[in-house]
Amino acid sequence: MDPADAALLRDLRAGDEDAFRRIVREWNASLLRVAQIFVPSRAVAEEVVQETWLRALAGLDRFEGRSSLRTWVFHILANTAKTRAVREGRSIPFSTLQDPSRVPEASVDADRFLPEDHERHPAGWAAPPRALPEERLLAAETRAVVAGAIEALPPSQRAVISLRDVEGWTTEEVCNALEISEVNQRVLLHRARSKVRSALERYLAPPAAAT
Amino acid sequence: MRLGRRGTPSATFAPLSCREFVELVTAYLEGALAPPERLRFEEHLRACEHCTAYLEQLRQMLDAVGTLHVDDLSPVAEAALLDAFRDWHQR
Repeated sequence: MDPADAALLRDLRAGDEDAFRRIVREWNASLLRVAQIFVPSRAVAEEVVQETWLRALAGLDRFEGRSSLRTWVFHILANTAKTRAVREGRSIPFSTLQDPSRVPEASVDADRFLPEDHERHPAGWAAPPRALPEERLLAAETRAVVAGAIEALPPSQRAVISLRDVEGWTTEEVCNALEISEVNQRVLLHRARSKVRSALERYLAPPAAAT
Repeated sequence: MRLGRRGTPSATFAPLSCREFVELVTAYLEGALAPPERLRFEEHLRACEHCTAYLEQLRQMLDAVGTLHVDDLSPVAEAALLDAFRDWHQR
């Protein structure tokens, strides 16, 4: 077992409330994001997350450290959420998680590019991107635009970009938690990043209209 | 159709268009492109200021995203979880 996990487990088993509060604060937002992939509303997702924590506590004595504690909690979440989704009469959205490339999606609007048969620059930029003003990048308003763009994503894309780029998880950790392949993880991440970039560009440096 | 160096039809040696480039950026940043694809990608990047600007926008976006923090738990929900933790420990 990972030494940090071993220490955490020891603290939890000893009843250390600070240790528990710490992981709740650290993991709760991500758990909620992932739960929202499976269940229809934010309210139900919150219940699923609460139930996950209770189940994790109930199972803590049996945790054997074959995965990290965090991965283990996310597996409990996925199972809890899937069970709940069935009860809510919602089919599990395997299509968006397990087969995201089934429906193709362009990263950049087609009208930003020249036609394929353009004589000098086939499928080159018609309305090229411009540099974003660095000094406005971390302004509160800009960050709100970025956060809003993430909120507006389909749940599976939102979960992947949140875990990878907001929380800083590795590819492997995300694949484990969501039980998806590396390729599918990448497709979801790519779509999410493309849309958030596009929203940021629209806000900070709207492209000149294509001529 | 473009022809590869040995006179066979080849997608590998065809230069990337900008529209293809933007579909490969995540695979590139993830280190998931096979070596010949990566070369094609980097060749295009060196020659194309617009795609360089595109990749830079992505990097800027990632910087902005990295400063976000999602803290979604209401104090009430946290209190309820801590109660459950105490119960669990005292059982």
